[in-house]
Amino acid sequence: MNELIEAVPYLGKRHPRLTKWLIIIVALVAPLIAAYFGRSWMRILDFALLYMMLALGLNLVVGFAGLLDLGYIAFYAVGAYTWAFLASPHFGVHMPFWIVLPLGAAFAALAGIILGFPVLRLRGDYLAIVTLGFGEIVRIFMNNLNHPVNITNGPQGINALDSLNLFGWNLAQSLSFGDFKIHYLYLYYYFFLLCVVGSIVFIKRLQISRVGRAWAAMRDDELAAKAIGINVRNMKLLAFSLGATFGGVAGGLFGSFQGFVSPESFSLMESIAVLTMVVFGGMGNIAGAIVGALILTALPEILRNIALPVQEALFGTVILDPEVLRMLLLSLAMILMMLLRPAGLVPAHARYSRPELLKGGA
Amino acid sequence: METLLQQIVNGLVVGSVYALVALGYTMVYGILGLINFAHGEVVMIGALTALQTLLILMGVAPEMAPLLKLAIAVLVAMPVCMLLGFLMERLAYRRLRGAPRLAPLITAIGMSFLLQTLAMIIWGRNYHTFPQLISTAPMQPIPGVFVTPVQVAIVIVSALVMAGLILLVTKTRLGRAMRATAENHRVAALMGVDTNAIIALTFVIGAGLAAVAGVMFASNYGIAHYAMGFMPGLKAFTAAVLGGIGNLGGAMLGGIVLGLVEAIGAGYIETMTFGFLNSSYQDIFAFVILGIVLIFRPTGLLGERVSDRA
Repeated sequence: MNELIEAVPYLGKRHPRLTKWLIIIVALVAPLIAAYFGRSWMRILDFALLYMMLALGLNLVVGFAGLLDLGYIAFYAVGAYTWAFLASPHFGVHMPFWIVLPLGAAFAALAGIILGFPVLRLRGDYLAIVTLGFGEIVRIFMNNLNHPVNITNGPQGINALDSLNLFGWNLAQSLSFGDFKIHYLYLYYYFFLLCVVGSIVFIKRLQISRVGRAWAAMRDDELAAKAIGINVRNMKLLAFSLGATFGGVAGGLFGSFQGFVSPESFSLMESIAVLTMVVFGGMGNIAGAIVGALILTALPEILRNIALPVQEALFGTVILDPEVLRMLLLSLAMILMMLLRPAGLVPAHARYSRPELLKGGA
Repeated sequence: METLLQQIVNGLVVGSVYALVALGYTMVYGILGLINFAHGEVVMIGALTALQTLLILMGVAPEMAPLLKLAIAVLVAMPVCMLLGFLMERLAYRRLRGAPRLAPLITAIGMSFLLQTLAMIIWGRNYHTFPQLISTAPMQPIPGVFVTPVQVAIVIVSALVMAGLILLVTKTRLGRAMRATAENHRVAALMGVDTNAIIALTFVIGAGLAAVAGVMFASNYGIAHYAMGFMPGLKAFTAAVLGGIGNLGGAMLGGIVLGLVEAIGAGYIETMTFGFLNSSYQDIFAFVILGIVLIFRPTGLLGERVSDRA
């Protein structure tokens, strides 16, 4: 929370308590404001929260433990497909969320360990490429496992996933008290918000725990970490599996919210997008992951709403469609951030990292 | 037996293109320790520039000899890619020398997607047919095994280009400067080598090779589009690692071996797994090989360098 407060420009440093309440209030009323602009903005907010969970999880791996993972979206996919298998008409299984979500998280964690074991010895850029390969392998399997036995339904994906049902309270149905109706997008928003807040608390505790400090030591100097008795192997596996767990939970929530999963949602571009959020916000910093996810989810949508009419007015046709704009924005964000401000928008707190490593100049 | 021979032929053809691309990766890695993630995209830009040139030539001078057209297209694509390689190094990577280890790699990933997006803006999302200017009529040197003139041309041209590169690196003054920079760029600088120029030149040469490879890819498959460079790029990187990164001969060997494994694997995967997996899993081979090599023999087949750096 403190980091988040400091991340607010101007106000954060001068009036921390005021800022704290401001953040809480904005988080609570955000969907009401979004609703004013239309349903699609509420949906975007819900997605922003999902991306926050992903960015928080990836930040654990990349920012805290220093392991560049380019296949992170595979864990999201594992979570989403677990939901699709166990809570949809595809296999005719409809299990409640309190079984499916933990199972998805467990499968994702397992996938994290499966990936982690062989790549333990790799560092830096090699690790990145192998994890990228892992992500691609998962995607290729999702795409092709509809033959000879139909498991994933191939590129068409799986439809009509069960929505989130909290002990008989279906989040996909709008709540009504007499004339007063609460749209289901609000319900999802607050539920996701709860998940994100829970994640933040958990990760913050983790960061200042023995494990978090061990990760920081390992990230800054692996050899030295080994020498002071940190079990680097276990710490790496823990980072991969914990990061994957967040991906798995977010994936399950995504499946329930979207009601539809297909390999297309888990392309390399998505891994890169989440990585960009972490890098843009500031690696190794919880507030960075939150800010990065929020900005990079919202900005393409804002651009979409501004750029399209502008283009139509100027040229008569749409030259850059929204998807192109998003890619352009993400790739430029990545390059320019690395060149101009490598520590990110919200640089990590000095106590848990070595700023001279972030500034470079070796 | 015919299947095996046929897959060997296909593997050799694809492998020699991988080898060309792998050289670009390995040269840059040898000097900077950087995986130039965007190298695959240079291949794509080369192919699409050549395609654009061919389309223009066909409009302006339809009666020109097809081989001449192709040669002009390659000669246009190469400088374009070289300029691109130069700009990438000058504007992005050079500023990141000495930055923390993840920064150049993340920049390279961003660069890769930026180039893809730009190509998407210029050439659209569609697949373009790449004109087949060398005959694709199959010949049968051995009954049941088909080889097309395009394939023969690909193997010959890449062998020539690679021989030229080897000569450049081992016999010329420039090559000696390159090797010295790769060995230790500070000492090389003390010996009077302009290391900045050498590093820029490495990018430029790699990009030139990538342009040739791009035209070959497009001619081999008959299509070109904005995302065509990514997978071959990754595979060529795998080839470079397989051969021993930083080692020119290794990159060539790795490319050929990877091409062969992939083609033969794709030919037999269905019978080997009793029909459970089929050739749509072809792309998995490269990643599996990459993983195995990095885990069991990180120095690659011919490598001298230790992978535990960066």
